[in-house]
Amino acid sequence: MSKQLRILVPVKRVIDYAIKPRINKAGTGVEKAGVKFSMNPFDDIAVEEAVRIKEKHKNLVEKIHAVSIGPAKAQDILRTALAKGADTCTLVDAKEAELEPLAVAKILKKVVEKQNANLVILGKQSIDDDCNNTGQMLAGLLKWPQATNAAKVVIDEANLRATVTREIDGGEETISAPLPMVITTDLRLNSPRYATLPNLMKAKKKPMEKLTLSDFSDVDTAPRLEVVKVEEPPARSAGIKVASVDELIAKLKDAKAI
Amino acid sequence: STLAFIETSPEGKVLQSSLSALNAANQLGNPISALVVGSNANAASEELRNKIKCGNLNKIIVAKNAAYDNFLPEMLTPLCTELLRSDQYSHFIVSSSSVGKNVLPRIGALLDYQPICDITKIVDANTFVRPIYAGNALATVKCPQDKKLISIRSSSFPSIEEGANEAEIVDAPLMESSSLGTQWEGASLVKNERPDLGSATRIVSGGRGLKNKETFERLVTPLADSLHAAIGATRAAVDAGFCDNSLQIGQTGKVVAPDLYIAIGISGAIQHLAGMKDSKTIVAINNDPEAPIFQVADFGLVGDLNEIVPELTQKITK
Repeated sequence: MSKQLRILVPVKRVIDYAIKPRINKAGTGVEKAGVKFSMNPFDDIAVEEAVRIKEKHKNLVEKIHAVSIGPAKAQDILRTALAKGADTCTLVDAKEAELEPLAVAKILKKVVEKQNANLVILGKQSIDDDCNNTGQMLAGLLKWPQATNAAKVVIDEANLRATVTREIDGGEETISAPLPMVITTDLRLNSPRYATLPNLMKAKKKPMEKLTLSDFSDVDTAPRLEVVKVEEPPARSAGIKVASVDELIAKLKDAKAI
Repeated sequence: STLAFIETSPEGKVLQSSLSALNAANQLGNPISALVVGSNANAASEELRNKIKCGNLNKIIVAKNAAYDNFLPEMLTPLCTELLRSDQYSHFIVSSSSVGKNVLPRIGALLDYQPICDITKIVDANTFVRPIYAGNALATVKCPQDKKLISIRSSSFPSIEEGANEAEIVDAPLMESSSLGTQWEGASLVKNERPDLGSATRIVSGGRGLKNKETFERLVTPLADSLHAAIGATRAAVDAGFCDNSLQIGQTGKVVAPDLYIAIGISGAIQHLAGMKDSKTIVAINNDPEAPIFQVADFGLVGDLNEIVPELTQKITK
């Protein structure tokens, strides 16, 4: 069989998951200066899944192309994706602009068309805005099937279909669809590998295409929503420690909790 | 007016999360049209008219068609976009259930609107509050778009009141059927007699401190039984195989806000706190007095889980 699967993996640079974000002084967003950034953890799972599909279906996958839309520093996470097994990548330098999912999906549609990709795998949500939008939007714009919250992906080489088990409320469901399609990853799809130092060195030699938003001048990237303010959630004050089960039950009864 | 998408069980029973969505729709103050779909849409429409008190609900749109049974977004999107193209709708509301999250962005993209997702508060008809960064920050977002596409976090909106209404029942437009080749192959749902995690008023939740599946079942299950509570778990407990992953509470699992949340052997990682810190009363039982969970707990008890939890279960049962 000829190599006919071209996988696109969009990745986003976000504040590292282990860091507790702080609201900036102006109350317009979170403080970004001097904070550690990493690849969105769900996108890391997407890279891993693409690489595993390529390892399993050596004769099917032509290439894995990673793409990130964000500041120039997003090239760090693209290098990580290359070190983990992506073949080529594109940086769309958006400078400091924070694009909404709709704008991101429109740009990704152009990238899909340019790369002639026929499978897109990306995280179900990014852990900054927690929107959980981009994959579904991209699938809609491309008029492709979608499988969100993937817990298991099986590619049927002969029929070019994917069977995806999805995490849903109360359990799992399984759907299948013909390629091309969009798959978004949930937490338990796989455990991403680490990028080793030798692979990070090799990744420096892999090609990175650099574009800017002006290369997508026909895409409307203006924000549709206006963030009025960003604030801390009401703090929950620590309560009291009780000394015994009897005291706990008495307190719960006082609070009418039981 | 507002179009509200109503999700039902396979038998056509309206889900709790959709009753919350109707309450949110009611807060907007507009006349409401409710959309029910699937083979049992008629049963759902009867339930909506006869069991819900909502003066604003004046129309129930019924799409009785087996093609919608599994809520495939490829099937639902053409129907919803067709309805929403009408000028009469200024708002579209879904619950941010797995179905709502799956379909709303696709509809938004095709109509060229950016949705406002997982809102926890309606400030006014154009302004909403939504958590970002796993609930570590709250963003107040204004939507100048002429249509507002919204998903609501059901734990932040109580169910709409029970009663009856005078809504007119109408048929949805017939759509050409195309799933783009997507086939629904089946589901495996965790069956149990307990209250649903998303809407339970009491939750007993276990973490890594329980050490293994046997201890999880021996300690958490009886306490939950004695309180008629739902069972939850942390990501660590799920990953370690103590329980099914549908029980996971946190940033990437369910977000809950019960009246009573009892955290057993849970240290309190920020991702877990994001999923439960809006609970009314939080109890933490842990052997580590420094565990961060105690910073959000109303009542903390430090000690050996193997002694405390059975004693608590026994004394509550009495």
